[in-house]
Amino acid sequence: MAGAGQGDTTVPGGGPPLDLRRKPRLAETIIQGFLFLCGAISILTTLGIVLVLGRESLLFFANEEVDLLKFFGGTEWQPAIGRFGIWPLVTATFMASLIAMAVALPMGLCIAIYLSEYAGHRARSILKPILEVLAGIPTVVYGYFALTFMTPLLRVIFGRDLVEIYNTASAGIVIGILVIPLVSSMSEDALSAVPNSLRQASYGLGATRLETAVRIVVPAALSGVAAAFIVAISRAIGETMIVAIAAGAGPNFTFSPFRAAETMTGHIVRISGGDLSYDSIDYNSIFAIGLLLFLITLSLNILSQWIVRRFREEYE
Amino acid sequence: MSIAIERPLRTEEGPNAASQNGMNRYAIEVGAMNVFYGDFCAVRDVSMQAPTNKITAIIGPSGCGKSTVLRCFNRMNDLISSVRIEGKVLFQGQNIYDVSVDPVEVRRRIGMVFQKPNPFPKTIYENVAWGTRINGFKGDMDELVERALRAAALWDEVKDKLQQSALGLSGGQQQRLCIARAIAVEPEIILMDEPASALDPIATLRIEDLMKELSEQYTIIVVTHNMQQAARVSDYTAFFNVDDNRTGYLIEFDDTEKIFTNPSQKSTEDYITGRFG
Repeated sequence: MAGAGQGDTTVPGGGPPLDLRRKPRLAETIIQGFLFLCGAISILTTLGIVLVLGRESLLFFANEEVDLLKFFGGTEWQPAIGRFGIWPLVTATFMASLIAMAVALPMGLCIAIYLSEYAGHRARSILKPILEVLAGIPTVVYGYFALTFMTPLLRVIFGRDLVEIYNTASAGIVIGILVIPLVSSMSEDALSAVPNSLRQASYGLGATRLETAVRIVVPAALSGVAAAFIVAISRAIGETMIVAIAAGAGPNFTFSPFRAAETMTGHIVRISGGDLSYDSIDYNSIFAIGLLLFLITLSLNILSQWIVRRFREEYE
Repeated sequence: MSIAIERPLRTEEGPNAASQNGMNRYAIEVGAMNVFYGDFCAVRDVSMQAPTNKITAIIGPSGCGKSTVLRCFNRMNDLISSVRIEGKVLFQGQNIYDVSVDPVEVRRRIGMVFQKPNPFPKTIYENVAWGTRINGFKGDMDELVERALRAAALWDEVKDKLQQSALGLSGGQQQRLCIARAIAVEPEIILMDEPASALDPIATLRIEDLMKELSEQYTIIVVTHNMQQAARVSDYTAFFNVDDNRTGYLIEFDDTEKIFTNPSQKSTEDYITGRFG
């Protein structure tokens, strides 16, 4: 049926002649332009961030006190005496993130499986809002939760001698709690998207609920679940407030989760919070750290997109 | 209202599992079964018997509850929380709706093939092996997979690509894979819910041939909206209709030949001859 929306097509053999010429549609054009602008702003913002990070980092690396080899090879970060080894900050960041993932992945996936495969309407209607509340708590609250609840708890469990007041374990666990809602909601979306026909096929073969959930539904949703995990890792690496409050204030090259250490993000906030003079090497150093952080999360996001594409199952 | 005509099995058949093991003549016996979705009565007062190692077809117009009835035979309706079932469904003399019965055990013995092919997003091999693996099969898996695929008339087409994804197969192949998957766990009954409705005519004929072969070893109950299919493949036919309250009920159960040539109910004849439905 041609041109039903146009209203000016004519019956052959009668009425005015058929007009198929292009007509100006001003509203369409304006809205299209506006939508393009919205999209462009997000891209321009990203470009701007990269530009600023890049320029200041270049200034940092151009400084004669800094060389790339020491930056990526050094295990001491003491800007005051010209030591710029990134490793203390990187290890602390990865340690906190790993601990966070060790908490968030199993918990988040279990919650997702429960919500998608087991929970009835009632349980779901109670649990999901609670998870959303969890996601809405300001991270500064989480930070003090780590410092005033999790740390004392760890000190009771593992002993006061072993666990320092500021430590990455406490911060990591609480970051894990922070990203649980993210993992569980993204994973649940992926699990719920698995067609019911697969579940029925599984039940029809005499599989139990658990076998169906763990061995059919989760593998079928694997790409979505993996993507959720990686987004959560990015989020954990970038988390700032909790580590700034609970992990420690001073770069410390250690692999013990119970000792104080400073993450990349934590260091940036602490340094930039003080009386930092513009154009000093300290000032430029935080941009170098920021750039590295940006590259890490960017590559994780690219990895997650690749995983989603690579392992996506088509059911039709 | 419903009429369940009990008739002896024809005796000219060769030895089959039923006579060998002295098993019941009927694989499934349904007695005064009602099915409710919440307060709505979807199917009422069904009584019928599906003879062992025969193909029983369930036909009827849309909305008469054919699929609902079929799903009652292996407790698939349990997965819908609002469903309530009254009456009894006997499988080897046991009511599968007895509180002591585990639906997982029931489904293990009463397999199911669905309307739309639904292979798992796994390899062809793994699709067939999966059901037996979760049921603790410890024997020669390669041999079992080959046997099931041969039984489903799929072996020759897939033997060189067993490790490829099942989702790469055509619709008809996928459906035969689903049949192979069902028979790999060696059920006694296979329920088929319009198994060929999503397939082209050639694939449909292959499925029908397969059903006839399988009926030597298995009891098959098939729901179909295709009357020619019921007439071609089945030994017995149950005709369901739907009343003014949208409740389905059994009109007539008999030899397929009799249903299609000389039905005892007027509405069956009207449906068969295409006057409604």
